[in-house]
Parts: sequence; C-alpha cells; structure tokens
Amino acid sequence: MSHAGLDELREWDDRIVELVDAFGLECYAQEFEICDHNDMLGYMAYSGMPSQYPHWSFGKSFEKQKTLYDHGVSGLPYEMVINSDPSLAYLMRDNSLGLNILTMAHVYGHNDFFRNNSTFGDTEPQHTVARFKSHAERIRSYVEDPAAGPTAVEATLDAAHALAFNCRRNMSIRKTTRSEQLQRAIDIATPPADRNASIHAPRCKEDPDLSRIPLEPEPDLLLFIRDYNPYLAEWQKDILTIVHEQAHYFIPQMETKIMNEGWASYWHYQIMSELGLPEDLRLEFMINHNQVIRPHPGGINPYHVGFRIWQAIYEREEGDGPIDHRRRNAGHQSLFTARETDRDSSFLRRFLDRDLVRDLGLFEFAEKGRDTVVTRVADEQGWESVRDSLVASVGTGSLPVIEITDADFQGSRQLQLVHRYQGQELELPHARATMELLRTLWGRDVLLDTVLNQKPARLHCSEDGFSAEST
Amino acid sequence: MGAIFRPASRESSDRSAGDRLRHRQKVRRSIMDNIGDIVADESIIGRSGDQVVKVPIRGIKEYRFVHGENHQSVGEGASDDLAEGDVIARKPDSTEGKPGQAGEEPGVDYYETDITLDELIDMMFEDLNLPDLERKEMSSIESLRNTKRKGYRKVGLRVKLDRRRTARNKIRRSLSASSRATDAGGERMPFRAEDLSYRHRTTEIHKESNAVVFCIMDTSGSMGTTKKYLARSFFFMLYQFVARRYEKVDVIFLSHDIDAREVTEDEFFHKGESGGTFVSSGYNKALEIIVDRYHPDLWNVYAFHCSDGDNFASDNPDAIKSAQKLCDACNMFGYGEIKPQRASAYGNSLIDIFKAVTASNFRSVLIEGKEDVWPAFKAFLGAEEEAA
Repeated sequence: MSHAGLDELREWDDRIVELVDAFGLECYAQEFEICDHNDMLGYMAYSGMPSQYPHWSFGKSFEKQKTLYDHGVSGLPYEMVINSDPSLAYLMRDNSLGLNILTMAHVYGHNDFFRNNSTFGDTEPQHTVARFKSHAERIRSYVEDPAAGPTAVEATLDAAHALAFNCRRNMSIRKTTRSEQLQRAIDIATPPADRNASIHAPRCKEDPDLSRIPLEPEPDLLLFIRDYNPYLAEWQKDILTIVHEQAHYFIPQMETKIMNEGWASYWHYQIMSELGLPEDLRLEFMINHNQVIRPHPGGINPYHVGFRIWQAIYEREEGDGPIDHRRRNAGHQSLFTARETDRDSSFLRRFLDRDLVRDLGLFEFAEKGRDTVVTRVADEQGWESVRDSLVASVGTGSLPVIEITDADFQGSRQLQLVHRYQGQELELPHARATMELLRTLWGRDVLLDTVLNQKPARLHCSEDGFSAEST
Repeated sequence: MGAIFRPASRESSDRSAGDRLRHRQKVRRSIMDNIGDIVADESIIGRSGDQVVKVPIRGIKEYRFVHGENHQSVGEGASDDLAEGDVIARKPDSTEGKPGQAGEEPGVDYYETDITLDELIDMMFEDLNLPDLERKEMSSIESLRNTKRKGYRKVGLRVKLDRRRTARNKIRRSLSASSRATDAGGERMPFRAEDLSYRHRTTEIHKESNAVVFCIMDTSGSMGTTKKYLARSFFFMLYQFVARRYEKVDVIFLSHDIDAREVTEDEFFHKGESGGTFVSSGYNKALEIIVDRYHPDLWNVYAFHCSDGDNFASDNPDAIKSAQKLCDACNMFGYGEIKPQRASAYGNSLIDIFKAVTASNFRSVLIEGKEDVWPAFKAFLGAEEEAA
C-alpha cells in the first residue's frame, strides 16, 4: 500500500476513534497489519495468531481455505481480530478503501467486546502474543529433541487436539483444587449440628471414600491426564498443558460468537452512519453491510442474529426512533450492561423473545434418514422450544459433556468416563477414534458410559479393540 | 489516540509451508491405504490419465467427541408457509455408499481430495516393487516412429533452415572479418552459403511391444452386483499394471455363462446375466480370438478370469484342459475366485479344481471382500516374481 493510501487510512481511523470514544466504547490500543490475500489465508489457518506451533491440522485448514477461495466458494473474512492487548487486526491491501474503513469500524467493536465482556475475564490478553510464541518455541524444541522427535510430538498433539474442548466451559467459575474437593466431601458427609440430638438417635455418619480419584467428576480431560498419568514424559505433559491453555483461550470466543459478531456489526453500523462518508463510499458500505448481516437461510448467521438482537435491546428501551449514542440513555445503558455480563446462552435466553424468533424466521429441523425435516416452527406453541434448541447449540453447547469419574476403575487403572446425556447421542465412529487417542495418552483401557439407541451403554477401548455394549 | 498501522512482517509470508507439506504427506498415506476402494470405482479403459478423480479419504479427519445425527438444529429465514414436517433438504443418492460397499459410515464422513488418475496409479504401484513382466522377443513390432533430431547440416530443405543459427554464423563471420579489416565496419554483410545451417532429422525405427489383456468374467446368474464390483477392482489393477509396461495394450472383454461373447466394457460390468456356467466356453472363446487376432508370436497375451467358482461339474475336465491351453498361449493366465462372505461354500469350487493346472504361469487367488482385492493383487504378482 502506498504512503498516500496509508495516510488516508490513518485519517479515517482518527475519525472512527473519535466516534468510538463518543459512543462510550472502551478499547485496547489497536494495531492494524496491512497484508495481502496470501498472508490473510495464512492468518486464517492459525486463527489469526502471529505465531503458532507446527501441526498438520493447520496445513489442512490452510488448504481448505485456499481451495474455497480459489474456487470462489467463499471470500476472505473482511475482519480478523485477536483478543490481545494491544488488539491485533488485519487489513488487506487489495481491499477497497470503503471496505477497509468498514473493517476498522468493525474491529473496534470486537476490541471493546474483548476488553469488557466478563467471559474474557481471565484470558490475560496482555500475554496472548507472547504466550503463543512461547508455546511454538517449546513445541519446536521438542520436535528437535531426539528424546521426543517429530513423530512422537505429532502423535501427542493429535491426541491432545481430540480432547482439547473437553474442558470446563465457563472459565469464570474457578476450578476447585483437590484439597477443596476433599473438604467438600467431608462437609457433605458430616451431619449438620442437631440441637435435638439428645432426643433421637444420632444420624449415622457415612465416611466418604477420600482415596477416590477424582473426588468429583472432572471435566478437564487433558489436565487430569497430565496430573495423574505418571508415565508421561515431561515434554508430553507440557504439550497437554499448552493445548489446554489454547483451548481455554479460545473457548470464550466460541461462547460469545453471536454476541460478539453482533456487537461489532451493530457498532460498525453506528460508526459508519455518522462518519460522514462521501456518497460512493456510503453506497459501498450499505452493500457490504447488507452482505455481512444477511440471513443464511437454513443455518445461523451470527452477524445477523446478533445484530438484530442488539438492535432490539436498544429499541425495547427507546422505541425505534433515531439512535443517538452520544446521549447515554436507558437503551444505551442496556446495551452496555448486556455486553459486560452475558454470554451467548444467557444472552439468547434473555433477549430472544417471541417477536424476534418470528422476525428472524427461526425454526428447528432434524435429520430423518436422508431427509432434513422441519420439526418445529416459531408459532405460539413452538417458539420457546426453537429458542431453547438454539440456546443449547451455541458455543461449546453443541459439544457433548464428558467427564472423568474414576482413574482406577476396578483397581486396574482403567479410566472411566461418563457422557452427560441430554437427549443427544454420541456419533460412534468419532467416539471410537477419540477414545483410541485418549487411550494412547492414558496408557490403559478407557471406558465411557453413554446412551446408544436410547439405552444405557458402555463403550470400551482396550488393547484388543473397541466394543459397545448395552448395560 | 489512533491505531498503529504496519505492513505485514515479511518472514511470515509462507509460514504454513511445513504444515501443508505434512498434511499432504498424510493425505498421500491415506490414499495409499484406501487405494483398493478408490480404484474399484474407476473405468478400466477410456479414461485419460490426466482426468481428475475425487478420492475419499478417511485417515486425516480430526476426531473429537461429537453428537450424532439425532439432534435438533436451528436455522433462520423460514418463510410464513413453512410447516412442521416439511422436508427442506434431501441427501443426494451418491452418499449412500456404492453398491456392494457396506454403508457403516455416513456419507458426510468422507473428506475428499482431487487427484489425477495417473498420479493415483503411480502411487498405487509405487510401494509395490512389482516385477517387470517378461516380454517376448518376437512380439516386438517394428514401427516407424517420429523423427529424431540429429545435429545440423550445411544443406537441406528450405523449411528446415535454422534462422537463428544461420544469423549467428553470419555475425560471427562478420565480426572476425571486421577484426581483420577495421575499415569494413559500416559495410553490409550479405549471407553466404557457408552461413546456412539446416536442422537435420533422422527417422528412427522403434521396437514396440504390444500386449493384449483378456478380461474374462463369469456372468451367470450367481454373479451378483457385489461380485462384479470386486471383479472390476481386480481387473482394473491388472489392466493398469500391464498398461504401464507396454506401449499399446488392447483389452478384450469376454463374458460367459454357458456360452461366451465378446462385449464392451460397459456391458461387461453392468449387464445382468443369468443361466448356468460353462467356464470352458470363456476360455475357448479367448483361444479363438488369440488365434484370429492376437497371435502369441506377435503379442504378449495376458488373460484373467473372475468367477465365483461355481461351475457345472460336467464342464470341469474341459475347463482344466482349456486352462492348460490358455497357459501355453499366454504370458500369464490368472484366475480370481470371488466369494463374498464365503457365500457359496461348495466343496469343489474352481480354485480347488484348478490345482490340477500345472503350468508355471498360472496363478489363482481367492477374494472374499473388498479389503482382499488389493492384497490378492499383490500376492498375485508377487507369485510371478517367485516363479520367474
């Protein structure tokens, strides 16, 4: 990009920042990197991270994006922002000035959201870039270390990736330590003080089994294996830690996808509307904006759904008169409260009311044999069910909850897990492959209690193979 | 305060190269592992090597615990007249699995990649260390091949004048002339006969070895779709193997029940037949065609027969005799017996009866399922190496 082009972007940026401040958004410092489409494809494969450890899955992701792009199936994202302080985002030099201005306005929306939404409370954005760099350096050193080597490192990463999202979903709920769990077990077993103890027989006290590991069902699979498989090498433990940390970093973004994209779209719309764009840029903006927030029939476009809900939150307080965010009115206040406290599941439950469900044309569908069949529409009886299904499917809600219940099943160090069945069965080929990977990390047999064909069943992965039996 | 703008750091320009390479290696490995399935879907002839085929890959999916298909999803953009029970999409038939292939995995489980047929076949044989087929001296046919370059000459046809070279000769001459006589600088230098240079070509006589492959298949009533599918895989590999080793390969498709007919590839694999089986009829037809059109003195002849091993007992002595004759006429004669799930475990199937065939260029293999085709094929050609 020429100097003149860069100066032009700077001028627009100054005007955007002025509005960002006037509207009350609070952002980290912002950095834009000007790149070409190849760089952009690269960043996409690595979730935007300037550095990342080597793994073939990133190569696969790159090839897929590039193929889609080359065949014109999908364009490049016009924005990619990293949750870091300072915030990092990318602008493509081949994009038109109008699109880059829109991108910058959108980026500030994300930036504000990352900084203020409570879900991101413990992601330590000031260390993001350094931490990913350190992860990459450590794993590269294991690849070069003859005691580990590329093949073994890859195998460990493969297994860790398969389990990475089987972890705590709400990071703001603190993880209890083993001693706290011990205390809790004792507390539960201890009968409350009985003022009338002299009158009736004492309640019999049951001793809890405090030798059990884990004491409470454990959702963090990778950390548990790291801590309780004594046969893992130090480098393997470190890889589990790294992969867990990265999942931990990305989960808040998954859990707030609709809010976050909606928030950025809502604010780019407000900013662009007040930026005093010349007529040609204004027209281009309207086209691009409508392109981004158009509904995806049959799927969910988080930009569209989010945008509409944020709009509705404001309108609920202020009606559909002209919006003025320089005046901090009740509508404005509601927006900022929700952006701070909610995550997608609570956001949708609170704000996706009957009118919105109907206006968005939401409906529920399921696979029946080879057909995709509508199972619920947003009428008087159905709209709540439609909303609840959407709530259940956002973020990590679509991933099954699986917890470790026993690390020494039948006294033989077999790992027992339980699937918290909530009406959705596991896909068996995936479960099988994942359990095989889990077995390579644990080193002993792995059992998983779940439901198959609506009957309780136990999946068993051992040296001799895989079996599924109803229990 | 405004943002910081900076250009992309140059060192990150091809950061994904290593990961892409590793991914491609895994794709390749996965294709190798599934090659038997993949080729089973291809036509034997009539496809050009640079044609791109879609290849399903199973090895490099990323697995994690996910929900099955029995869950509800939510979509947006419903119109007012959308009602419960409406079908909004239907999976295409192609994901249902190919005939004869167990549908244990849903169609969506495939990750696909594109590859040319040539690449695919190269990969197929790459790891095998397959033997060179023994070629017959006599069956090399002399043919005039295109001309080959053989230097330059001072005389020749006008069209073969190499103008670039001629001009260079002239310049060289003029330069040497000007170095001798400094005042000759501004003069025009005409071309002379000694400057001319013509490309010279000679015609070459090239020895081509030709081969003919007889694909003989039992199409009696007992040969169902699954068996034909397995036979097709087997024939495909054999054909490709032979085709890589000869300039020109003819393929003859013969189908037989009690009688034998020469058919097209399409009929060979797709036409349902019925009736009993006289294996000897197929062999005799092949022998007939060999005598008529493909004399063994001039052609390398390969014959392969696929059957479910079910023959009329009365035909067995004739079958053995004809098989012996085929062995005499062919470089190699192979018999593949196709018995999915040991379907018809009659005590005396052909594979047992053919133990009486003593020729050293006779091979037989048993194929019970699609996973056997590739190993059977390898064993088949491995055996030749031993015998050779």
